[in-house]
Amino acid sequence: MSECTDSIAPDRFLSICGLVLKRGDRQVLDGVDLELQKGEIFGLLGPNGAGKSSLFQALAGLIPVSGGHVILRGERCAPGDRALLKRTGVVFQSPALDDRLSAEVNLRLAAGLYGTTGVTAAERVAEALEFAELADRAKDPVKELSGGMRRRLELARAFIHHPEFLLMDEPTTGLDLASYRRAWEKIKALAKRGVTVLLTTHRAEEAALCDRLAILASGRIAAVGTPEQLRARVGGDVVELVAEDSEAAVSILREKLGVEPEDLAGTVRIVADRAHELVPRIVLALPAGAVESIAVRRPGLGDVFLTLTGRDLSEDEV
Amino acid sequence: MKAGLAVFNVLVRRDLRLFVTRKSRVIGALAQPLVFWVILGAGLSPTFAVPGAANGPDYFTWFFPGVVMMMLLFTSISATMSVIEDRHQGFLQGVLAAPGPRSAVALGKTAGGAVVGMIHAVLLLLLAPLAGYAFHDVNWISAFLALVLAATGMTALGFVIAWKLDSSAGYHVVMSLVLLPLWIVSGALFPISGTHAVMAFTAKLNPIAYAVTSLRAGLSGTPLMETLPDLGILTAFVAVALFAAARTARKGGI
Repeated sequence: MSECTDSIAPDRFLSICGLVLKRGDRQVLDGVDLELQKGEIFGLLGPNGAGKSSLFQALAGLIPVSGGHVILRGERCAPGDRALLKRTGVVFQSPALDDRLSAEVNLRLAAGLYGTTGVTAAERVAEALEFAELADRAKDPVKELSGGMRRRLELARAFIHHPEFLLMDEPTTGLDLASYRRAWEKIKALAKRGVTVLLTTHRAEEAALCDRLAILASGRIAAVGTPEQLRARVGGDVVELVAEDSEAAVSILREKLGVEPEDLAGTVRIVADRAHELVPRIVLALPAGAVESIAVRRPGLGDVFLTLTGRDLSEDEV
Repeated sequence: MKAGLAVFNVLVRRDLRLFVTRKSRVIGALAQPLVFWVILGAGLSPTFAVPGAANGPDYFTWFFPGVVMMMLLFTSISATMSVIEDRHQGFLQGVLAAPGPRSAVALGKTAGGAVVGMIHAVLLLLLAPLAGYAFHDVNWISAFLALVLAATGMTALGFVIAWKLDSSAGYHVVMSLVLLPLWIVSGALFPISGTHAVMAFTAKLNPIAYAVTSLRAGLSGTPLMETLPDLGILTAFVAVALFAAARTARKGGI
């Protein structure tokens, strides 16, 4: 709860304090504390089932929480409180657009939901279409737009009322690489305007694009920091080895080199300082021809998750 | 209040937009009751007689308010099925994440569905002279109130059911089990007077029966004062249905 004590720091936009969510006997969120600075892109990284979407839904006012509160610019309120929602733009994992209506009509309706009408609404719609690079497709039904265009439109829709806070649930799911990059350009452009962004993701490479992030596992925050700070917690570089018999390789390396390898579904992973020096020793330690491939790399956020939780980020939580 | 009105306004506007873009559906919705009216009218007119009325109307005339009510109810109720579709497509989440209260979502969806139903009903009422109701004889206030109240009440009821269901097919089944019997036992298809006591009693509990009676009275030019008791009961039903719809949405769920 220490995250919530200094609630009037000028650069702090939102504090999430002790959020608890229970579903039956299951603790979906178990006292989540987070602090978001104004204008930062904050990521919430965790595997499917970790509680990311539940936290998102609670903040968006879609589900009630069992306990906890948020502090918005020094004022305490419930998650999903109208004061928070007025200042929030929401991008859902699934589309929130009516695909039978045009891009322009969808944006007009979205503006209307926040009480923006008349000339102001027309200006905001034009601005949003420009932002989404869809001005020439304004009259087309959404169902005729590509996946990338729809995603950009979703982002523009969320920003139609000029919110201070953007809440996004897996905003780039299903996008091809080009659309993914363009979506991220848009997210960064909004953050540059001073918008605070909280996004959930289960992809380590996406989380690495955030200014700061929290790792969520089993409804709890396992760590918070910049991507660099979190990578430092791994404690070295990573050697990844594909061997003919990974189990045998693990025993041999443990015995001969005194390292602590892990067998991750056939890939042997070793974390070590000066890992490049370990490579020839590994090759020599194993029987000739046993190594199919070996690589050294800097730790990623997936490695951080593994180090902190002992689980692979790609494994769904039950 | 302002945020609630914004949500209400958006939901009604959206239903009207969709109504305009789906012309084929409108034609289909109008054609079905008309075919029903023509076939049943042709089949039953030679033998039909209103109990206790020596020179009563023929079946074409008598059945017309029932046909209008049928179309009003089915189009209004179909409109609330979009609650389920909107939930699946994600549109509803976007509305619920806006700062307006959830009761505004219930009232907005109800009003949108009722307005769409009313537009259909008014289009069908243009054929009233063909059914033997001269426009200048009609008590439009009674007729209009009967339609507005029936559309609002039944759409609100449809919202309550749609909010709790997850499948459009399930909604169809429930509505067929609820709506069709209610319409049949409303005096829309045959006169209730002279039927079995159980049916007459059921009709007394049936809000659609009061709507059909009021609409028929309005089309026949009966003074408003004489239809007020039926319209009063209908108003009470609408109040309960709207309260239930708002409460259902406020209780949660997506």
